[in-house]
Amino acid sequence: MANIKDHNESLDFVYDFYVKMKRNNINLAYEGEITHQITKAFTSLAETNMAREEDPSSVQKKVFHVMVECLQNISKHSEGSANESAKDGRGIFMVSKAATEYNVTTGNIIKNANVEKLRSILENVNKQDKDGLNKLYKQQMREGSISDRGGAGLGFIDIARKTGQKLLYSFLTIDSVNSFFVLTSTISRIKE
Amino acid sequence: MSVIKIQGTDDTPTVTLDKENNIFEISGRSLPEDVVVFYKPILEWLDEYKNDPLDLTVFNFKLEYFNTASSKLLLDVLLKLEDINNDGHEVLVKWHYPDDDEDMEEAGEEYSDIVDVPFEQVPYSI
Repeated sequence: MANIKDHNESLDFVYDFYVKMKRNNINLAYEGEITHQITKAFTSLAETNMAREEDPSSVQKKVFHVMVECLQNISKHSEGSANESAKDGRGIFMVSKAATEYNVTTGNIIKNANVEKLRSILENVNKQDKDGLNKLYKQQMREGSISDRGGAGLGFIDIARKTGQKLLYSFLTIDSVNSFFVLTSTISRIKE
Repeated sequence: MSVIKIQGTDDTPTVTLDKENNIFEISGRSLPEDVVVFYKPILEWLDEYKNDPLDLTVFNFKLEYFNTASSKLLLDVLLKLEDINNDGHEVLVKWHYPDDDEDMEEAGEEYSDIVDVPFEQVPYSI
């Protein structure tokens, strides 16, 4: 929508947004530039909330970890938006909490040219069992190097092995240049 | 030789590298904004230390949390210690982890598999 100045439209929009967030148990939603400060603020907020909820410390640590890796993925890899004025490192970030699990969802723009490469990395991660992920992590740590964007190529592997769940992802083609990449990581609230 | 003493913050670890007083430690949280910049002086210090190390270097890691980018740089630190050990100077890595933190325990095991250096896992309770 162009703006929410119109009073009724604003009310509808805000209420609709509120209802959708409630219905999907979203307790944090953000769209914008993901800076280091934002990463620190969100993870600290989540820590406080989880401590209050009395989630087991192993669950809290996993959520914290997944949040950090997901936020850093956006800040390092998001390609800016279809809108030319937008900068790199932007995206949408959401955390939802259900009775048995936390979900961390990110959405950001990537170049169409990079979709297949990313898809094959994710497919490879999802093919592995725990041992396979550990092997992959070690191999990448030994052979990889820190990219000029500051990533080690370890984030997806580590999310998969720490959560013990498959990564859920999809790509939506926006136009001839860009796609929208959505990734959801699930952390069980039930202690293993 | 110079001493490195970095006070930890909520996103960077406490680091002490002090040859004179025989203290070598990285502890706390590691998710710096730029891991390469943060760890560069530490790796450079170890490069210098490598030329004339103590007979026994006990290096303590006592981390609460580190992100994946830091894990790569921690490996680089451990590889420097491996070099010192390979040169015939004894090194002992002590990996401290909270006794209820399986992930941190496994991280220690993982490093000890990769790096050829005496490695001791030390659980502690909070």
